[in-house]
Amino acid sequence: MGNLFRLALVLAGKDLRLELRTRTSIISAAVFAALVLIVFNFARDPTAVATLDLAPSVLWVTVAFASVLAMNRGFLVERENAAFDGLLLAPVPREALFLGKYLANFAFVMLVEAIALPLFVLFFNLDLSHALGGLVLTMLLATMGFVAVGTIFSAMVVKTRFAELMLPVLLLPFMVPPLILAVKTTVPLFAGRPLSEVVDGLRFLAIYDIVFLTLAVLLFPAVVDE
Amino acid sequence: MTAAVSGARSVINRGLVLTTLGLLGVAGVMVLALGFTPVEATQGLAQKIFYVHVPAAFTALWVAVPATACAGLLYLWLHDPRLDRFAAASAEVSLVFCLVVLVTGPIWARPIWGAWWTWDGRLTLTLFLFFLLLGYQTMRAAIRDPVERARFSAVLGAMGLVLVPFIHLSVYLWRGLHPKPIVLKPGDPSLPPEMLHTLLYGLGAALLLYVGFVTLRYGIQLAQDQREAADAR
Amino acid sequence: MPSADPALVIAAGLARRYGAVRALDGVDLTLAAGEVLLVLGPNGAGKSTLLRTLAGLLRPTAGTVTVGGRLLASDTHDVRRAIGLLSHQSLLYDELTLLENLVFTARLYGLPDPAARAATALAEQGLAERADDRPRSLSRGMQQRAAIARALIHDPALLLLDEPFTGLDAVAGDRLRALLAMHVTGRRAMVIVTHHASEAWDLATRVGVMVRGRWALEGPRPAGLDDFQQRYNEVARG
Repeated sequence: MGNLFRLALVLAGKDLRLELRTRTSIISAAVFAALVLIVFNFARDPTAVATLDLAPSVLWVTVAFASVLAMNRGFLVERENAAFDGLLLAPVPREALFLGKYLANFAFVMLVEAIALPLFVLFFNLDLSHALGGLVLTMLLATMGFVAVGTIFSAMVVKTRFAELMLPVLLLPFMVPPLILAVKTTVPLFAGRPLSEVVDGLRFLAIYDIVFLTLAVLLFPAVVDE
Repeated sequence: MTAAVSGARSVINRGLVLTTLGLLGVAGVMVLALGFTPVEATQGLAQKIFYVHVPAAFTALWVAVPATACAGLLYLWLHDPRLDRFAAASAEVSLVFCLVVLVTGPIWARPIWGAWWTWDGRLTLTLFLFFLLLGYQTMRAAIRDPVERARFSAVLGAMGLVLVPFIHLSVYLWRGLHPKPIVLKPGDPSLPPEMLHTLLYGLGAALLLYVGFVTLRYGIQLAQDQREAADAR
Repeated sequence: MPSADPALVIAAGLARRYGAVRALDGVDLTLAAGEVLLVLGPNGAGKSTLLRTLAGLLRPTAGTVTVGGRLLASDTHDVRRAIGLLSHQSLLYDELTLLENLVFTARLYGLPDPAARAATALAEQGLAERADDRPRSLSRGMQQRAAIARALIHDPALLLLDEPFTGLDAVAGDRLRALLAMHVTGRRAMVIVTHHASEAWDLATRVGVMVRGRWALEGPRPAGLDDFQQRYNEVARG
């Protein structure tokens, strides 16, 4: 078990180092998030719809699309470097391969969210100091879930034609339940309701996370082993 | 090789027979619905579409999609190409049935509720199922290696099946309703026996049609696979 | 003919089928330490499929592979420590330096003191001065040497090489032959897939010709290359 985590960290470390060298995915995803927020701002009439009503949706749509972009790098790194065989040759359990890639993807997506959130607060002129804790918790739980599905799908689409187009097509239906739950949780939080009122939504998110993380780990060997 | 080709031929023929019977069954149900079943009090003539809509929804959700997912999982265990062929055929037929539901749903809804699309829980679920199946087809089309295609389809099918209850629950949560099981009855507390009979006939016809279509599609794919294997030699 | 040594690699009844397509159709193989098997055959015969199956990258639909007495199966990974592969792909990351690449590999294999192992592996291939360079900046011959360093870093008992002489000039080819000769030890066996028997004739102790997924001939290396070429032409056509 310890070996599993050690290997996962070695793999995630490799991905983080690669990403820091090129910075392409993080930058594109962050810029994309900023642009989406800006477009949303100009696409609405602030006199017609209250900012607070629209805010949760804007936030989560931005997070959803930026995350898919960030996860696109997934196993593309291995394909570009023709290095996938190297990982499969080694005495590494496939679960460790998944976990390593998952941790790296999770870190990237959280980084993009960490950039998007302050921009969101800035552009929409919101005071979220009371809701910050709950919001971060919701973002964590939602991200854990769809990164699991995104990681296993990116292992699949990397071998197809039109890989970058295929990932959103396959992934978006899977992102809807965590999105709905995240919005349902965020709305009361923005309105000043206490965390205790949204515990049910958070619990649901946690269930989604556990189910799909388990499923992804179980099915991952079937994807990568030929 | 001739034996194998005639094997595919016979599957296709069987499929054609079953499909024809199924279509006749559906036609029969429509006659039954229009001519011999009482008109529903509040919804009027529009309600008749229920006898096509509900069996299609039931078949897609409870028969076709689980069949695809289970065949896929069995493939992961047994690695038998026939399982993948069946899963793919079932998925295509599910797509067709979902389309029927998505077309008949608005036709039913418009005269009754005045709107084509109401984000009704069941219809929304079917919409998601439609996109999942579309994703499944798109992915299959983008993979050249048949072994990889079979494996990936199986994984996607299994994950899709697990997603369905989550979509169901979160859609109901979104609409602010208490989650209730998908019910085959319309809003009424109970169905008069003639309506129930017609509905059951409709269900039988839909299931027959499903089996017919899947057999037909399976046979066509089998013939194609054999041709490709022969060309490769 | 080394037959007293216990077999290092045993493959029995290897098959890789999908429906009617047979990439491997019943292949047996026995290699002892110190042996070098040359695998030849026309395109599409299944040579790469065989190599990848021996490497544990492909799961055979039938048959087994045993390396060092341990079974190669999808759920046991430890036996992979005994296998090294030199393939068409370099398996190196372009954005990492040679040293970083090898340290990563050493960590994957759970080797003690990864940094030192990586440095040694590079030095053995004469790449110590290029340790901080990216693979992209190396010549083809040097990239090959870096790939070899990666393949040998964990001291595998079975070394598999997929057309290693492709794209190498005469000098680089000679250097590779010398290197491989050095590494044929009492503890290691090699399987080399190649298009031309002449590329590694002197290294080989056994030769096999694959046609349509099975051996058309397989046995100890004959003495004369020319006679063998004739037999090869007969067999590969049929």
